This record gives sequence, structure tokens and C-alpha cells, in this order.
Amino acid sequence: MNLGQSLQFAVAGVLANKMRSALTMSGIVIGVAAVIILVAAGTGASAATTASISALGSNTLTITAETGQGGGGRGGGLRVGGGVLVGGGPRPAGPPGAAAQPTEEDTGTEIREARLTLEDAEALVDPELAPTVASVAPVVTASSVTATYQGASHEVATLTGTSPSYLTNVNDTVQAGEPITDSDYLARNRVALVGATVAGALAGGDGRAVVGQPIQLNGVTFQVVGLLTAKGSSGPQDQDDRVIAPMTAVQDTLTGYGPLSSISVMAASAEGVEAATSEVTAILTTRHGTDVPDFSISSPTSILEAVSEVNATFTLLLGAVAGISLLVGGLGVMNIMLVTVTERTREIGIRKAVGAQKGDIVGQFLLEATMLSVAGGLLGIGIGVSVGSLSIGGFQLVVAPFSVLLAFVVSVAIGLFFGFYPANKAANLRPIHALRYE
Amino acid sequence: MIRPVIELSGVAKVYGSGGDDTVVRAVDGVDLAVQRGDYVAVMGASGSGKSTLMNIIGCLDLPSRGRYALDGVDTRRLDERRQALIRNRKIGFVFQSFNLIPRTSALRNVELPMAYARVRKPERRSRALRALEQVGLAERVHHRPSELSGGQQQRVAIARAIATDPVLLLADEPTGALDSRSTAEVLALFDDLNVDGRTIVVITHEDQVASHAKRVLHMRDGRIVSDERTAAVAGPPPALAPTVRVVGS
Repeated sequence: MNLGQSLQFAVAGVLANKMRSALTMSGIVIGVAAVIILVAAGTGASAATTASISALGSNTLTITAETGQGGGGRGGGLRVGGGVLVGGGPRPAGPPGAAAQPTEEDTGTEIREARLTLEDAEALVDPELAPTVASVAPVVTASSVTATYQGASHEVATLTGTSPSYLTNVNDTVQAGEPITDSDYLARNRVALVGATVAGALAGGDGRAVVGQPIQLNGVTFQVVGLLTAKGSSGPQDQDDRVIAPMTAVQDTLTGYGPLSSISVMAASAEGVEAATSEVTAILTTRHGTDVPDFSISSPTSILEAVSEVNATFTLLLGAVAGISLLVGGLGVMNIMLVTVTERTREIGIRKAVGAQKGDIVGQFLLEATMLSVAGGLLGIGIGVSVGSLSIGGFQLVVAPFSVLLAFVVSVAIGLFFGFYPANKAANLRPIHALRYE
Repeated sequence: MIRPVIELSGVAKVYGSGGDDTVVRAVDGVDLAVQRGDYVAVMGASGSGKSTLMNIIGCLDLPSRGRYALDGVDTRRLDERRQALIRNRKIGFVFQSFNLIPRTSALRNVELPMAYARVRKPERRSRALRALEQVGLAERVHHRPSELSGGQQQRVAIARAIATDPVLLLADEPTGALDSRSTAEVLALFDDLNVDGRTIVVITHEDQVASHAKRVLHMRDGRIVSDERTAAVAGPPPALAPTVRVVGS
């Protein structure tokens, strides 16, 4: 018997009981659609996170002090004080740190609290020791800053005091007005760039009205010179709820002259991120005189890796849950095929009496089971792909091609696997018994 | 002498094992030779072993003892695959309950054995149509079994049995489920087929059916107890030659 003939018998078998076939298929349809949709949800969530992290700039490193390391001796405080004295002067981060710390070797053996100083930032601008470092910006942040403007007030999520090169480092541009300049930094001008959320909260509308106007940050007047280009939100965090001002002015008015919150470093290229990381590590460990780095360096890439890992686990979990429903669908197919074989015992007997071989019978019933599961699989793929191209809960689902392929292969395999036992049972019926079966 | 179509020698079928109480000898030492062109009726009460004998002759079951050759092929050492092949190539079955595949047209039912024999579709179709024409159902080839009367269904079954051109037409109570008119139609059809040279073995308990055969066997307790020839192997069946009556052989 050729395949076409077996196919014809199988089609007839499936169509003989349409309602039952449809119900059997629905198990597979739901399972396959669930796999595709849930994996698409996982992939979509992952893609959304990736996109917002990439927006931070792909070749930017952020250096932060490792808190809690070291004994926190008094010497650290003294040294930081020194740093402030040297670095406190109005000069941009740009010039290389030619004025190396004379006290470095004396304090090298001391147990110090991990701190990042302006001198650390300046030392990183070194064409010889750090050739792949393109620009460096010191960063201080102030918390609980309230901005007020003409009676409106807004709690700013992030107030960043930094140097102008920061804007380039983190891919920020100004959509209205002017960016802050080196002369603002040097002159300790109280100027500010506001994010879209802050501007909107203060001035209403798109917030452009606030540009050129003075606003109060915790009561201190800053002139708004520019409106930052919107970045959108990444998850619950609004990236536009922020104010950027020259670090000098922020230290003067809001934070005082403490250590830096972080240092932002841009590598010359995305490929140079690794080289820049090791250069920065070498320079800072030498400066801090510790064997173990007392700071950590993170890049969007490293954050991305961590997030991707979490997302992959999450997606796998969703897929596994959906996979279970697919398995249940497979058991449904097997159940119905067993019923079918019992119901059609007599037909099997007739077929065997007129000369059907074992293989013919196995083929017919296996094909019938496979047709049920493949038809269910295709329908499930159709539903899964159409639902998977929707946007649900604020993010776009992304149908993973591998999940479609996997779902299809699995549905074929289910037909073969769960159809095999009933088909074999049918083929092993003795014709005389099958013929007598009522 | 030509090789017989059926050759049974010392054939027995025993069910159960162990002590004499549990052993059932359904067929207990049967010797039988059926020549080509013969029309044989096997009669007997229920439990006489005639159904078991029919299963053995039809290669649906293997004998426990003895030798059975169908068209010269010894069936004792046939595996399941070859048994199926023999059934397909050499035997045409007609059952009491018709045994057509439900929800499948008459044409498809007749084509079924040829489909399993891997006969190509055009040839299969023309042979099936010819067989249906022969049984007088040329007008109903696309009807399903549920749309046909009992007599018509049985004629489809006969068409299915002869479409493969088997050496033996084996019928098990072919008129058991039919009214008298359909019975007459089916028996007339058997007469015609026998005239055309087809070898027929019919299992029955009805005298009317047996009266159409050229040779009548009676079975009791698994043995053949009488063997009566009513017409010559080479001649027409009794119903078509009422004036000729030959006793014995």
C-alpha cells in the first residue's frame, strides 16, 4: 500500500467523526498556541529590556565605589579632603591629570574607605595608560530634590551633577535650548538641563516653555538652558524624570564636596569596551593601592548579559508550562486513538481478512493520529503567530521562529509517539477475533 | 489430474491444553480435497466445527495438526505476513454480516483488497467496476453500505471477493442475514460464478443453499460425517442443470 492510499484511509478516519476529531485537535491547538505565545511574551519582554538598556550607550562604562569594603579608617576622610582641595578648583575633567597625587605612595598602605574622587576621574584621561578611553565624566547625584517653577513643584527622581562630556557618554542630546558647556562647568554656573517628565510637570504641555526660565531646585535657583531628548521608560523606571547640571554648581549648592557617586567613561568604540575596562582597572587599583579592586565597573553590555540570563530563564519556564499542556494534548490524542481502535475492531478485522499487512494497519492509524496532531499543530501555530504579533501590556510580543519550528516538530512527534501504541494494538488484532467482535 | 485447490490431510484444531476435560477439539482429523471448479457446501449444526474449518481454509487461523495446502501452497509454515498475502491473492471472502467498511462507497470497498495488493489505481478502478457490473450493481458504485439493501450489500461483498480473481471463493453463511428474494439473487450469482469456473466453498446450515452446491459435506463433532456429490465437478451446478443428477463421484 502506498502512502497516498494510507493517507486516504486516514483522512476518511479523521472525517468519520468530525466533532471528536475537532475536540482531540483542540488539545494540541491550545498546547502549541500556548508554547508560541508564552515564548513570544518572554522574547518580547527580553527585547524591550534590551532596547532600553542599549539606549544607555553601548560603549559606556560606569565606575562605582564598592561600598562596605575596607575598614573605613580616618585616613580615608583626610585623603578625600585633599582630593577636594586639589580638584575643587574650577577646571574641567578634560585635561589629563598631570598633577599626580604626591601623597599616593604615602597613603598606599593605609586602610581606606573606598571612594572615587575627582582625581580618579582625571587620572583616567591618559593617552598613554588609557588609550581607548575617549572621554571621562565625574558624576555626583543628589537625592530628594524638589524642583519648583511658578508654583508647580515636582520631586525629581535623579539629579545628576557632571561635566559636559557626560552627555556624549550616555547618548544624551538636547531637543530644545542648549547643552551645558565647559565654561558653565568652569564658571560654576547654576544652569540645568531638564528631562521631559520634569519639564512637563513644571511647565505643562511638552515642557518647552520652561527652557530659558529659572527654576528652584531645593530652593536654589538654576537657569534651565535646555530640554533633554526623551529616552522613554525602561520597565517601572522613568528615564526622563531627571535634571542634569554642572557638577561644580551641584556641589556648591546641593551635595557638598563629598566623593563622586560614579565616574562615567566612554570607550573609543564598542569593541574597545573590554580594553577600556582593563585600563581603568589598572589605573584605579594603582591609585588606590589595593590588590583587590575597591570599585566596580559596569557597562550596558554586562547589565544586558545579566538581564538576558534572567529573561532566558523566565522564557524557559513559560515554555515549560506550555509544554505541559502540549503533553496533555498528546495524551488526549492517544486516548481517542485507543477508543477509535476499539470502536473499529471489526473494520480492522475486515481489512486484515482481505489481505492488509500489519504495516498497512499501523500506517493507517499512525497516520490518523499524526494528522490529528499536525492539523492541531498548524492551527495552533496560526493562532500563536497571530496572537504573538500583537502588543500586550505595553510591550510588543516577538514570535521566536525556533518556537514555531519546535511546536511543529513536537506536534508531529506527539502524533507518532502517542499514535504508536494504539496503531500497534490495532495491527496485532487477530482477524478471526476482530471479525467476530460486535 | 490437476492440483486440487484445497488439500486437507489429518487437519485438527485443538483449543486449550492439559487434561482431557479442558481440551476442545473443534476440528478433529479432517481429510478433504476440493478440485478446481467445484462448488462445495459444508453443513452442520452450530458447534460442529464448520466455522473453525472455514477459518483454517481461509488462512485466518492455523491448524494445530495436519497439513493444509491451498493452491499447492503449504500453509503450515507461513508467517503472519505471508498469511495476509495468501488471503489477499488466493481467497475471496463473503461473510454473513457482509463486513463492508462503513462510510465508504461500494467502489472503494471493492477496490480495498487490490489497494492492499498494490494494484495501480486505474487498473484497480476498472477491475472493481467490472466486478460490480458482474454482480448487477453498476448503477450503485458510489453508494455507501448504509444506502444499500442487505442483498445489495452482500453483492458488493461478492464483487469485492471476486475482483482480485482468487482461486477460491469462501462464503460463511452468505444468506444468513438475507430475506428469501435476496437469498435467491445471491445463490443465482454463485451459480453463475461457478459456471464461469470459479471454485466455491460455502459454509451453511440451510438446505436451500446446499441444494445449489455440487457436493455437500456434513460435519459433526469436528469430523466430516457425510460427503455427497450431487453434480459433476466439470458440469454446471444443479440449479442450472435440473435434469442431470449424479450421485457419488
